[in-house]
Amino acid sequence: MSGNGFLQICIYVLALLIITKPVGLYMAHVYENHPIWLDRLFGPFERFFYRLSGIQTTDGMDWKRYLIAMLVFNFFGCLIVYGIQRLQFYLPLNPQALSAPSPELSFNTATSFVTNTNWQSYGGETTMSYLTQMLALTVQNFLSAATGMALLIALIRGIRAHESSNLGNFWVDTIRGTLYILLPLSFVFAIFLGSQGVIQNFKSNQKITLLHPISYQQAMQDQAGHVMNDANGNAKMQTIHMTEQVIPMGPVASQIAIKQLGTNGGGYFNVSSAHPFEDPTPLSNFFEMLAILFIPAALCYTLGVMVNDRRQGWALLAAMFLIFIPFMCLAVFEEQQGNPAFTSFGIDQMAKSNLFPGGNMEGKETRFGIINSALWATATTAASNGSVNAMHDSFTPLGGLVPLWMMHLGEAVFGGVGSGLYGMLLFVIITVFVAGLMIGRTPEYLGKKIEPYEMKMASIGVLIMPLIVLFFTAIATVTKAGVSAIANPGAHGFTEVLYAFTSMTNNNGSAFAGLNTNTPFYNMLGGVAMLLGRYWIAIPVLVIAGSLAKKKVVPSGEGTLVTHSPLFIVLLASITIILGALSFLPALALGPIVEQLMLWGQYGH
Amino acid sequence: MGTKTQSIWDIQIIRMALLDAFLKLSPRCQIRNPVMFTVYIGSILTTALFIQALLGHGEAPAKFILGITVWLWVTLLFANFAEAMAEGRGKAQALSLRKARREIVAKKLAKPDRKSKMTLIQSGKLRSGDIVLIETGDFIPSDGEVIEGIASVNESAITGESAPVIRESGGDRSSVTGGTQVLSDWLIVRITTNPGETFLDTMISLVEGAKRQKTPNELALTILLAALTMVFLVVCASLLPFSIYSVISAGSGKIVTMTVLIALFVCLSPTTIGGLLSAIGIAGMDRMIQANVIALSGRAVEAAGDIDVLLLDKTGTITLGNRQAIEFIPIEGVSVGELAEAAQLASLADETPEGRSITILAKEKYGLRGHELRELGATFIPFTAESRMSGANLSGKQVRKGASDVIETYVQEQNGIFPAQAHKIVEQISSKGGTALVVAEGRKVLGAIYLKDIIKGGISERFAQLRKMGIKTIMVTGDNPLTAATIAAEAGVDDFLATAKPEDKLKLIRSLQAKGHLVAMTGDGTNDAPALAQADVAVAMNTGTQAAKEAGNLVDLDSNPTKLIEVVEIGKQLLMTRGSLTTFSIANDIAKYFAILPAAFATTYPVLNKLNIMHLATPDSAILSAVIFNALAIIFLIPLALRGVSYSRVSAGKLLRKNIMIYGLGGLIVPFIGIKVIDLILMSMGVV
Repeated sequence: MSGNGFLQICIYVLALLIITKPVGLYMAHVYENHPIWLDRLFGPFERFFYRLSGIQTTDGMDWKRYLIAMLVFNFFGCLIVYGIQRLQFYLPLNPQALSAPSPELSFNTATSFVTNTNWQSYGGETTMSYLTQMLALTVQNFLSAATGMALLIALIRGIRAHESSNLGNFWVDTIRGTLYILLPLSFVFAIFLGSQGVIQNFKSNQKITLLHPISYQQAMQDQAGHVMNDANGNAKMQTIHMTEQVIPMGPVASQIAIKQLGTNGGGYFNVSSAHPFEDPTPLSNFFEMLAILFIPAALCYTLGVMVNDRRQGWALLAAMFLIFIPFMCLAVFEEQQGNPAFTSFGIDQMAKSNLFPGGNMEGKETRFGIINSALWATATTAASNGSVNAMHDSFTPLGGLVPLWMMHLGEAVFGGVGSGLYGMLLFVIITVFVAGLMIGRTPEYLGKKIEPYEMKMASIGVLIMPLIVLFFTAIATVTKAGVSAIANPGAHGFTEVLYAFTSMTNNNGSAFAGLNTNTPFYNMLGGVAMLLGRYWIAIPVLVIAGSLAKKKVVPSGEGTLVTHSPLFIVLLASITIILGALSFLPALALGPIVEQLMLWGQYGH
Repeated sequence: MGTKTQSIWDIQIIRMALLDAFLKLSPRCQIRNPVMFTVYIGSILTTALFIQALLGHGEAPAKFILGITVWLWVTLLFANFAEAMAEGRGKAQALSLRKARREIVAKKLAKPDRKSKMTLIQSGKLRSGDIVLIETGDFIPSDGEVIEGIASVNESAITGESAPVIRESGGDRSSVTGGTQVLSDWLIVRITTNPGETFLDTMISLVEGAKRQKTPNELALTILLAALTMVFLVVCASLLPFSIYSVISAGSGKIVTMTVLIALFVCLSPTTIGGLLSAIGIAGMDRMIQANVIALSGRAVEAAGDIDVLLLDKTGTITLGNRQAIEFIPIEGVSVGELAEAAQLASLADETPEGRSITILAKEKYGLRGHELRELGATFIPFTAESRMSGANLSGKQVRKGASDVIETYVQEQNGIFPAQAHKIVEQISSKGGTALVVAEGRKVLGAIYLKDIIKGGISERFAQLRKMGIKTIMVTGDNPLTAATIAAEAGVDDFLATAKPEDKLKLIRSLQAKGHLVAMTGDGTNDAPALAQADVAVAMNTGTQAAKEAGNLVDLDSNPTKLIEVVEIGKQLLMTRGSLTTFSIANDIAKYFAILPAAFATTYPVLNKLNIMHLATPDSAILSAVIFNALAIIFLIPLALRGVSYSRVSAGKLLRKNIMIYGLGGLIVPFIGIKVIDLILMSMGVV
C-alpha cells in the first residue's frame, strides 16, 4: 500500500469520528422533540400532517402497540411497492415502456426495499420505470431507514425509562426521523452529487455514437441460446463491431443520496456505484463512502445522549471500530497483495508509486483503485448498506471473505441505520450477561437487570440469523434449483450462494454476483429470508424494550460492571466476533478459506 | 452435621456417585438438561451407526465409530458423575440428619399446665397447636414455641455445636427444633408445624437437593446455552449438504460421515458448562450448608451475590455483645478507690465477660489486687436473669451491682434513697453510648461503672473490603445519634440508623428497595420478622424466634451475625463459577474447529490440512482427540465446579480482568495443548 492509500484511510476514519458528535447530538434533539432550527421550516408541515392523520403526538405506545404500528406500516409499504411494480407498464414516467417484473421478482423487490435490504435480483435500468424507482423504491429507502431508527429509539427509551410502558409514538418517530434527519441530509447530498456529475432527469435512454468504435469476438449462439461448436468442439466465434452505445438516463441523484445515507444500497443501475452516473469522481466516492457509515456511527452518540451517559455511546462506537478497522486492513492487504495467478502470467501487481498502485484490479474501477474499493466493500457490509463500487466476486478469496464475514457478525458493527445499533445492543446484553456472571452479580446494563426473559429474547435475536443463513444455503447447495444458478464451480460457487443468503438475511443487499438469483427459487426463498431476518430480530428487540422499561433502575456502585471501560469494549468485540466465527467458520472453511489455500497452493511461491 | 472441612474426594461419596452416574442415564433424568440431552441423542445415534458398521454397512470403520461412541457415553457419564458428586455430599449430610428425625414418644398435654392430663403419642401424629411436655433427657418431638419453662437444650444434631443453648418462654429464645434434646429442666411447648414440614424435614430435602429449583441466573444461562446448542446443531447439520455440494463440485473426496458430524456437534456445543451446570448449583447450596447456613430458597443464595446494602445490627455484629468496663464514676463523697473495691467485690462471682472486665479494670487501673475468695469468707450472689444483679455478702457488708433500676429497687427495699446524682451519672454514661451499672453497698449508692461498646477486631477492614465489592453497610442501633455516629466512625460503616425502632428498619428497607437497592439483613427477634420478610436476603439466627426463622430466607445455624458477609461471597462465587466455565466452554470451540474441520473435509479439499496447525496425526485421531478432550474437560473441572471459582474482594473491573485472563484466554489456549497431548498418547498407544 502506498502512503497515499494509507492517508485516504486515515482521512476517512477521522472524518467519520468528527461528524459523530454533532450529528448524533442533532438526532437526539430530533427524537427528544427538543427545539431545532429546522422546526421553523418543517414544523407547520409536520403539525399539519399529524392533524391530517389524526396522530396524537403525546400518545405514548407500549411495546405491543409500537410493534403493531410498525408491522402495519411496513406491510402496507410492501403492498404499495409490489403494486407499483406490477402496474408500472400502465403508469407514467416509463419512457422505455418497461413491462412489469414477474410476481416473484416483484415480491422479492418489495420485501427487499421494505426491510432496508435492497437486494436486487434485477438490473435497475432495464427493469424498473422512473416512477417505480422514485415512488416505490426511493420512498421505501426513506421509510425503511426511518423505521429502523424508530425501533432503535424505542429500545433506547426502554433502557432509559423505569416502571413505565411508554416507548414513544411510532408515527411521530418515523415522521420526525424522515422529516428532520433523512430528508434534509439527502437533499443536500443529492445536490452535491449532482455537482459531481450524477444525473437527474426524466429523459429516455440516449443512443450515442462511439468516438472510438470497438470490435470484439463473441461465441455464436443458436436460437435456443446454446453456444454453437465447430467440428473440433471449440465454440464458433464471431466478430462484433460496436459503433453505438445506449446510455441509460433517469432521476439518479435523488435516489443515490438516500441509498447511501439510509444504509439501503439499492443501486439505480445494475452495477450500483461502480457506474459513472452513480459515483463519478473520487470526491463523490469519498462522500458516498462516508454516507454509508454516517448515521450508524452517529446513532451511537445519540444513544449516549439519550441515556444521559455519553461514554456508553463512545464505548459502542469504539467496539465497532475495533472490529471494523482490522477487517478493513485485511481486505486492503489482500487486494493489494494481488492474485498469484496473475503474477504467473507476468503481471506486476506490486505497488510502485502513487500512479502505479498495483494490486488485484479485476472487477475494480480504475478511478477508485484498490484502497477505495476495499474500504467501500468493508464499509458497505459492515453497515447493512450493500451498495458496491467494485465487484466482490472478483476480490481475492480472503478479500471477499471480509465483506462476507462483516455480515456474519449480524450487521451489528455499524449495521443498518437503527437496526445495526439495536443488533449490537443484543450482543451487549449477552456480553453483560457473561461478564456479570464472571464478577458474581446478576448482569445489568445501564441500570437495568438482565433476567431470563431478556436473555430469551436476546438469544432469539442473535440466533435467528445464522439459522436462516445456514439452513437456506444448505437447501440451495443440494437442490437443482439452487445449484443451477451458480456460475462458478467449486468453492467459489459455494461462496456465491452463501454470500447471497447472508446478504439477504442480514438485510445488507450487496451481491457477490456470479449467481443468477432472478429465479423463482432464489426470489421466493430470499424474500422469506429478508422478512425473517428483519422482523424476527425487530420483534424481540421491541419486547426487550418493553420489558426493560418496566424495570426499576439499579443504582450503580463499586460492584457494578462498568460498560464503558476498555476491558468491556474488548470483551464486547470479542464476543461479537466469536459468536460470528463459531457459527460460520465451517462454512467459510469450505468457501473462501479453501479457495485461498488452493489459489496460493497452486500459484504461490 | 458433617465436619466443616469435608474433602471433595470422599471415597464413600465417589463410590455412590459412580453408581448414580449410570442410573442418571435414564431419559427422564437427561431431558432436564437441554445441552446434555442433545449429547444423549448423539450417543444413541452413533451407537446405532456402530451396530450398522458391525453388520457390514458402516459409513466409517467400526473401530472409529466405536471410539467416538464410547467417548460420547463417557462424556455423559462424566456430567452425571459431577452432578452425583455434588448431590452426594448433601446426601451424606441428610443421612445424619435423618437419624435425628426418628419417631419419638411425645408427652401430649391437654392444657398448657404441667399438672394437666398427659397422654403418650407418637411424634409423627403431632399436629400444629398440640401442647407437649419435654423433660430432662427427652427429645423434642417437633418444632414449636416454648410457652412455659426454661431449659438447656443440646442442638448439636442440627447445628453441630456441642455447647447446650438456653430455651425459655417469651423473648427471642423461645423456639425449639424437633430432634434436639433437653439436657436439664423442663419445657412446655406448643407445636407449630405439621409432620413433614418441620425444620428438619426442610433441611433434609434441601441438602439432598430434592427441592432445588433453578435460580433466575441459572435459568437465563440455560436459555443462552440452549440457543448456542441450537446454532451448533444447525451448523453441523448444514455441513452435510455443504459437504455433498463440495464433493460433487470438486469431484473428489468423500461426503462427511454422520459420526464425524455428531462428534463435531458434541465438541462445539457447550457441554463443559452444560454438564457441570447443575453440579455448580447444588455445590453452591452445599457450600452454604458447610458454612452452617440453611438456604430456604435458592433464589436467596443468588440474590446474596447481588445485594448492595447490608443492614447490620450494632450489638453482636459490629461490637462485641459484651461491653467492657472502662471507668468508675463515684458519687460525691465517695472515693474512686472505694467504688472500685466495692465494684470488684460485687463482680468476683460474676463470670460474664462484663464482670471479668470490671475486676480487671479495678486491678489494673486502681492497683487493687484480686482478693482471695477463700480468705474473705464471703458468700457470693451470682448474676441471674431474674435478679439481674450480682454481689457478695461479707461480714457486715453487702455489695451489689446491677442495672440502675434494679439497684434503685434494691436500695429502696432497704429504706435507702437512690441519690439524684446517681441518676445524672447514669444518664451521662448512656449519652456517650455506654451502659451504666450502679454499685451499692448496703443501702448506700457508691457510684456507677462505665461499660463501653467494644468494636470487634478486624471489622473495619471487613467493611472496607465490602465497600470495594460495592456493598454499602448500614449500622442499625437503638443508641442515640451521637453515640451511633461515634461507633459508626470507629467501625468504618458507611451509614447508620440511630434510635431505631423495629418499624424503622422496615421503613429503611422499603425506601432502599424503592431506589433499586437489594438489601440484606440479619435478625433474630419476632419484632425483626417484618423487616426480614421485606429484605431481599434475610438471615435469621437459629437461636431466634420461630417468627424470625419463618420470615428469613436463610437460617444461620451458628447464629453469627457476621455470617452475612460469607453468604454474600458464596452467592458471588456461585455466579462466577457459572460465568467462568461458560467462557471457558465457548473459548474452547476455536481449538476444536482447528482439530475437526481439516479432518472432516481434507478428503475433499486436501489443502485444508494447512489448517491442521496442531499437526494431529490422522483425521481419525484428530476427531477422537477432540472428543476425548471435551469429555476430560468435564472431569477435570469437577473440583472447580464443586469448590467454586476463588473469590477475591476486589473491584468488579479487576475481578473481570482476572477471570477473563484465566478462563477466557486459558480456554482459548488449553485445548490446543490438550488435544495435541491426547493425540500423541493415542498415537503412542497405536489406538488409531
